[in-house]
Amino acid sequence: MLRLPSFTYLEPRTLKRAIQMKTNAGPDAMYVAGGTDLYPNMKRRHQEPRTVISLTGIKALRKRPTDRRTDGHTDGRFVLTAGLTLTEIAGHRRIRRDYRAVARGAELISTPLLRNMGTLGGNLCLDTRCNYYNQTYEWRKAIDFCMKKDGAICWVAPSSPRCWAVQSSDLAPVMVALDAQFLLVGPKGERVVPAGRFYHNDGIDYLTKHADEILTEVRLPRPNGWDATYWKLRRRGSFDFPVLGVAVWVRWDGTEIAEARIVLGAVASHPQLVPSAAEVIIGSKLDEEAVLAAANAAFKPSKPMDNTDFGLAWRKEMTRTYVKGALAELRARRR
Amino acid sequence: MAGDERYGRTDGQTGGSSISLSDRPTVHPSNRGEGLRVVGQPLRKVDAVSKVIGATKFADDLMLPRMLYCKLLRSPHPHATILRVDTSRAAALAGVKAVLTGRDLPIPFGILPVSQDEHALAPDRVRFIGDPVAAIAAITEEIATEALDLIDVEYEPLPAVTSPIAALEDTDTPIHDYGDRGNLHKLINLEFGDVGEGFARADHIREDILFYEGSTHLAMEQHAALAEWSPGGKLTLWSSTQTPHYVHRALAQVLELPPSRIRVIATPNGGGFGGKSDPFSHEIVVAKLAMKTGRPVKCTLTREEVFYCHRGRHPTLIWTRTGVTKDGRITAMHVRTLLDGGGYGSYGVASTYYTGALQTVTYQIERYKFQGARAFTNKAPCGPKRGHGTPQPRFALEVQMDKLAHDIGLDPAELRLRHLVPPGSVTANYLQIGSMGLGACIDKVTAGADWKERYGKLPLGRGIGLACSSYISGAGLPIYWNNMPHSGVQLRCDRGGGVTVLCGSTDIGQGSDSILAHIVAEVLGLTLEDIAVVTADTDLTPVDLGSYASRVTLMSGNAALQAAERARDIIARHAAAKLDVPTERVVFADRRVFDASDPENGMPFADAVQTAEAVEGTIGTVGSYTPPMSPGRYRGHGVGPSPAYSYSAAVVEVEVDPETGIITVPRIWIAHDVGRCINPVTVMGQVEGSVYMGLGEALMEEMPHRSNVKNAHKNPSMLEYKSPTTLEMCDVVTYLIEDPDPNGPFGAKEVGQGPLLPVPPAVANAVYDAVGVRVDEVPVTPEKILRALKDKARGKEGRYGPMSFPDIHWPAPTVVPPPWEGGDGRAVTDIRHQGGRRKVSHPERQH
Ligand SMILES: Cc1cc2nc3c(=O)[nH]c(=O)nc-3n(C[C@H](O)[C@H](O)[C@H](O)COP(=O)(O)OP(=O)(O)OC[C@H]3O[C@@H](n4cnc5c(N)ncnc54)[C@H](O)[C@@H]3O)c2cc1C
Ligand code: SF4
Repeated sequence: MLRLPSFTYLEPRTLKRAIQMKTNAGPDAMYVAGGTDLYPNMKRRHQEPRTVISLTGIKALRKRPTDRRTDGHTDGRFVLTAGLTLTEIAGHRRIRRDYRAVARGAELISTPLLRNMGTLGGNLCLDTRCNYYNQTYEWRKAIDFCMKKDGAICWVAPSSPRCWAVQSSDLAPVMVALDAQFLLVGPKGERVVPAGRFYHNDGIDYLTKHADEILTEVRLPRPNGWDATYWKLRRRGSFDFPVLGVAVWVRWDGTEIAEARIVLGAVASHPQLVPSAAEVIIGSKLDEEAVLAAANAAFKPSKPMDNTDFGLAWRKEMTRTYVKGALAELRARRR
Repeated sequence: MAGDERYGRTDGQTGGSSISLSDRPTVHPSNRGEGLRVVGQPLRKVDAVSKVIGATKFADDLMLPRMLYCKLLRSPHPHATILRVDTSRAAALAGVKAVLTGRDLPIPFGILPVSQDEHALAPDRVRFIGDPVAAIAAITEEIATEALDLIDVEYEPLPAVTSPIAALEDTDTPIHDYGDRGNLHKLINLEFGDVGEGFARADHIREDILFYEGSTHLAMEQHAALAEWSPGGKLTLWSSTQTPHYVHRALAQVLELPPSRIRVIATPNGGGFGGKSDPFSHEIVVAKLAMKTGRPVKCTLTREEVFYCHRGRHPTLIWTRTGVTKDGRITAMHVRTLLDGGGYGSYGVASTYYTGALQTVTYQIERYKFQGARAFTNKAPCGPKRGHGTPQPRFALEVQMDKLAHDIGLDPAELRLRHLVPPGSVTANYLQIGSMGLGACIDKVTAGADWKERYGKLPLGRGIGLACSSYISGAGLPIYWNNMPHSGVQLRCDRGGGVTVLCGSTDIGQGSDSILAHIVAEVLGLTLEDIAVVTADTDLTPVDLGSYASRVTLMSGNAALQAAERARDIIARHAAAKLDVPTERVVFADRRVFDASDPENGMPFADAVQTAEAVEGTIGTVGSYTPPMSPGRYRGHGVGPSPAYSYSAAVVEVEVDPETGIITVPRIWIAHDVGRCINPVTVMGQVEGSVYMGLGEALMEEMPHRSNVKNAHKNPSMLEYKSPTTLEMCDVVTYLIEDPDPNGPFGAKEVGQGPLLPVPPAVANAVYDAVGVRVDEVPVTPEKILRALKDKARGKEGRYGPMSFPDIHWPAPTVVPPPWEGGDGRAVTDIRHQGGRRKVSHPERQH
């Protein structure tokens, strides 16, 4: 059996204490929530923290989803704390009603067992993936490693100066499409970042978050006249990471689309906004022609690499089908 | 004639699974003319409760005081010479107790006497990434792992052979220094009758080239072994193995110990499927480490290491040419196979023969020619996986039958039904058929699937496909030459009324322990609870060759039957005297022994045992089983013969999205001719498990290697090696055909492997029915379907598959006239084959 290496495990009760522990332990420490990403990675020596700081005992990270209140007023944003499990998110009544794309994204993640452990925060901070990288230490050593960990070259694109590991979280594209806001708490205090600016298109340096910062809240926009959905492509009906994700958000103005965002998951190192695809549906009634145009526009910049399941040509091709499908779903719901 | 039939259904997609058996009498006629009370009953497996509550102790659960943990250092090169191994840094690490290298275990081994090409640790050459090179024993697994990084090995890389096609090229550095030519491990050329003349008589001939991708067993339990060396100098090895007897032999050979100083105990297997049938490096290494340190040593492989042990399905390229008359009679068939063997021999010679052996046992073939080649390549070795060497050619045969049916305008079911091999006949390659229930199987599945109404008539995107198959119930010959029985049983009756059965057979989850209990309980009129089953322990149990080749129910079942009948005869004799009735009238039932004509006149079974023991002493008997001689006498006849052949037919329903190629399988109807169910629920479990495994091979499983990174296995993990989940599992409608075979215990034949075989070809045939394209290889993936659909839309042939079969320089054929052409099973020296090429007519390729 693959074993975890030895490490020190800390269980802070407050955010403040957690951040303190992290500052004290330095770069050798990492936060863990459900551990469904970090522990398998530690077994394969992708991450080798000497100290692991668990966020699961921090009450502030596990509050019931509620409307956000500032000075007794709600600004309409709906707050999900980062420590909620994916099972909780997928099953929450209001999320299912008002944020079905979020519930759907969550329920499509891995397996029921992993969703019981895996958290929203962990999912949004999920390590990028690549099938040259998500291998044991021995396997990676046999191929002389790669630049994401312990090595110098990228096996996917040997002449490339960067790593092309794949953004593989199902909720990240949804959050970018919804323009959710992330609240980060760190040694220097709090800051709010829009989901779109939380990610970097770089397989190694894929988050803009500082290592000491904790993602505490996700603030979803008020449900007022917009709709969204998420489509996920994978080999099997459970267990598998996405090889393509399509998150679409639209705001209807009567029977026409007033605003739209189309985000592709699992084809780059970050959730990839495709403005060109969104543009062609704005002003349309999401008629067949507009849908096709959007699908074609999304197809062009969809550039999967050969580092996940399935061939990249087919994955690219499926971009069209999935964008079409997602838009058709939204159109059908409007009627 | 088909006898009883049972029916069950599992609704895979609803998550729940239910089996409903039709009402059937508890007493049925058997081929022995008795009323059966235990055999045929859906009783709980003898080990079910401990499995379900998690009490079963698998090899990795075993712990002994002062136990050390072993880790293996594996080759990072696909092919290299080992120049130097320096273990000093590792040995110096605190907590490391011993280090081994190839020098410590210089004697080679291998499952087949003809392929003794493995070393527990590579002495001078590594042949694939993952080949074991050194071993550590340390006080914790973590220290052992850490020590691996401290072993310095200097390699000189050699060119890697990445495919069997590449293996055909001449080389200065062949992977092995034995074999038939260069990197070709085995070349076979067998001809049963003049196929050229057979093709000349055909009205229609077609040639097809198909590819069957490799796949691995994916047993839930990773291999593990624990060894203990007693102060008195006796070695005990507990291992998750399917073949304790062969492990026993390999240990004796490599460790140079007398077999009497070695005890091998097979622990309950968390699945095997053929992946635990070879002696393995880790088993020998822990034994040696235990001897060296005097402490128990355990090794539990990681999932990735199991991918390196592998011995799974050989990726196989198949060329097949078949000539038929207008009504579909096969006048000649010529099959060529090329197997990707990986780095070692394993069972490969047998696997290669199997790719040509069983084509003949389903539909009559008048003339048959088989040429098979197995190549060494620098990958984990292939070997036996469920169906051993036969699913690949069966895929080719059944897809080609479907195409032939279309070519000549016959319904595929009808084509098959018209030309079934008759029961009791001998095939062109001298296989003796016993009972043959394929016709009944086809009738069942076509009726169940409403074939006549739906085949060829479903809307675009939906289709059904049919395929059939057959498999052996044990091999006619043992793996190493000997003339002893293949299975032995000792049986002892206790004064208290209990009976202990001892047998070397190994329960790998298939339920072989329960089979022994069923049979003994049946004969002695007891219940399963009265039977103590002791198996798979070389100190305690007589030899059974192991759980492979679907041999256990038939062979150990017959041995148990014989032992039980012998015990019954002894007890009956003494009971008869006491009851004052003729021995023939004594009946064993309901834990009693009594007079058939006056059931009141009897005694409890325990009393009967005591009566007998008082006179005879301890009541113990033995039973054994040796398969019948096969009629073949030619070189190579040893693979294929079996005491009995099982038959299966399946109809698969598919849904294919023409836009994406995404394929789903909602339902399969499968009928299996098992001869007789000893336990219908375990039979049904094997059928459904086989369907599941076949579906995985049909739809997604593959063993790709990365040629850009030293031929490393691309997906050695449970997440990335794609195998169906419960969500992909289809509904299964199972029909069990019970047509008792004269050679089976109570007529039973195999069920562990055969039902896998029709699934992949039936899926491919159904895809053709659904969207009109042929995917001539498995797995049948969305990408391949879509490619074929696009080609078809562009006016090209709607087909995805291999385009050519390489030229191979075959050895001169062994020519054997079929039985109906005056053959006696022996090869003849054929003048035509001497001195160069013979004339063969080459009819045009037709479609
Ligand atoms: C077999 C398998 C299949 C999977 N399939 C999918 C899938 O289909 N789709 C998918 O999206 N994911 C999948 N996952 C990944 C994972 O299970 C989920 O993404 C899960 O939500 C991760 O959450 P976690 O709480 O377990 O994260 P952890 O493992 O605890 O943490 C993941 C990372 O996030 C950091 N982190 C966690 N919480 C915070 C926080 N609040 N603030 C700052 N940093 C934080 C950790 O330091 C770590 O680097 C799969 C995992 C496995 C093992
Ligand atoms: S994309 Fe390249 S650098 Fe990044 S993980 Fe994969 S192989 Fe390594």
